[in-house]
Amino acid sequence: MAEIKNYTMNFGPQHPAAHGVLRLVLELDGEVIQRADPHIGLLHRATEKLAEHKTFLQSVPYMDRLDYVSMMSNEHAYVMAIEKLLGIEVPERAEYIRVMFDEITRILNHLLWLGAHGLDLGAQTMLFYTFREREALMDAYEAVSGARMHAAYYRPGGVYRDLPDSMPQYQASKIHNAKAVKRMNENRTGSLLDYLEDFANNFPDRVDEYETLLTDNRIWKQRTVGIGILSPERAKALGMTGPMLRGSGVVWDLRKHQPYSVYDKLDFDIPVGVEGDCYDRYLVRVEEMRQSNRIIKQCIAWLRDHPGAVMSENHKVAPPAREGMKQNMEELIHHFKLFTEGMHVPPGEAYAAVEHPKGEFGIYIVSDGANKPYRLKIRAPGYPHLAALDEMARGHMLADVVAIIGTQDIVFGEIDR
Amino acid sequence: MATDLKQLSAALQDAFGGQIVNLDDSLGELTLMVRAQDMQAVLTRLRDDSRFDFEQLIDLCGVDYSTYGSDVSEGGAYFSDDASAPCVLRPYRFAAVYHLLSISNNLRLRVRVFAEDDAMPILPSVIEIWPCANWYEREAFDLYGIIFTSHPDLRRLLTDYGFIGNPFRKDFPLSGHVEMRYDAEQKRVIYQPVSIEPREVTPRIVREDSYGGMK
Repeated sequence: MAEIKNYTMNFGPQHPAAHGVLRLVLELDGEVIQRADPHIGLLHRATEKLAEHKTFLQSVPYMDRLDYVSMMSNEHAYVMAIEKLLGIEVPERAEYIRVMFDEITRILNHLLWLGAHGLDLGAQTMLFYTFREREALMDAYEAVSGARMHAAYYRPGGVYRDLPDSMPQYQASKIHNAKAVKRMNENRTGSLLDYLEDFANNFPDRVDEYETLLTDNRIWKQRTVGIGILSPERAKALGMTGPMLRGSGVVWDLRKHQPYSVYDKLDFDIPVGVEGDCYDRYLVRVEEMRQSNRIIKQCIAWLRDHPGAVMSENHKVAPPAREGMKQNMEELIHHFKLFTEGMHVPPGEAYAAVEHPKGEFGIYIVSDGANKPYRLKIRAPGYPHLAALDEMARGHMLADVVAIIGTQDIVFGEIDR
Repeated sequence: MATDLKQLSAALQDAFGGQIVNLDDSLGELTLMVRAQDMQAVLTRLRDDSRFDFEQLIDLCGVDYSTYGSDVSEGGAYFSDDASAPCVLRPYRFAAVYHLLSISNNLRLRVRVFAEDDAMPILPSVIEIWPCANWYEREAFDLYGIIFTSHPDLRRLLTDYGFIGNPFRKDFPLSGHVEMRYDAEQKRVIYQPVSIEPREVTPRIVREDSYGGMK
């Protein structure tokens, strides 16, 4: 008999199922994975080192570019860490706006995950469906911050500005005539809150649509049931958080157990899985979208009834209003110092974590009292997840690696930092 | 079983006593400092003792304290002035910071351990206690040059293949030492010394404690 040797295969970094720039060295016995060695760092930009050389405010846009599909959640952890060190209060309205956009971000993230995961496993239609809803939510991002993705909307002390009273309108063009444009603008006649309410009312039906395509789909179940099983003990030991941990049946959600912002005032449930396989994690994430939708509705109702400030009045941290700046010397100086020298954060260290769509996203800041962080560490949820790929993929077939990468919801912006 | 930081703090004092270098409770976070020689025993007990139950290592990172409190961010002199001189809380240059989470007790704890040799920082690996330490330790080794003994696979993780140096150390310039470009004559990608000048847009400024009415 011929001698059978293990076969080493290189997967990525330019493979469409590698979700970015993952280079995976796989050792195969036939088609069965013996060892998986992820090589990361191809997108390493040294965000943490860059942040040591920037003022606190200048690093906010870098946070968007970490996990570039859940932008505002990243910002939230960053501004929370700074606020903790500064010991400042954030207006309640700003907290509600943040929570609302955190949940919009969660839906955005899970939609992209669902589309890409479906695409990887042969359900191509998913991507077209989910991108339709993503488009609607990105319009909300754009209306509030001016940018569709990299918003830089959260600031230490609040949010950059209040929600707009009107939505941008489509204009007639060669492609869309006046009648079509009128139909497209139907849900854009009111404020951003009206627009989001319309979205939130329709969204559960959209999720039902996704579920008709996948939940009972025989091929989908063959590809995901029993794949990448994690026991609760292993999931904890491997540092899993978020849906990866809840999929294994561990009831743990920072929004419930260590509530930050205004999550303790909102009503929502935490879905958990039973088996800890890819299918359970799929069900958990789909249910999370429904729960996020519930939270968004509650935030909309609160925000309608409670107008007010969205930024701290402390001008050592937050800039004064334009009008005040032009009449008052002191405010002009505040503005100048804030944007040239930046805010000074008292010496100390703080760790702030949020329940990011992918898990626990934490920012650890060491400050020595300067206008820049002394050390900034980003705790990315995807990092320990990908590190566990070797253990999760062992003994599975080559095609299942794609399912496992998909279920881990890998995004390289945050893993490589 | 500890349920809040006060109880946890008392339980830590009770369990470790003399092994504690410092125990600090500020901003609602508890920071424990232990010596490198004690850390494995302490961390193992933090995971296994039912009073603590820290079953998750949430984060592990290296910190270079050499220019702490200094006015320069680029090329800062190592322990140059009084502000960054060694003291009880920063006795050496490199530290590893462990963020622990107990899901069953809903508590967090930060543990800081200093490596006692500045020229060659060495710490014991915690991979036997929490398997997810694997990549975190590789990262700290890559970026800070902290060596974790008994780590089974201590390779570089984030930097390029064949990278030289530890980029997150405070004496490593932000722009790095080499740049990469395609050379048309040699028809391959080559490395060369960086051609850009280091520049600082906003200078690093440390103000006195009460500056601007902040606490």
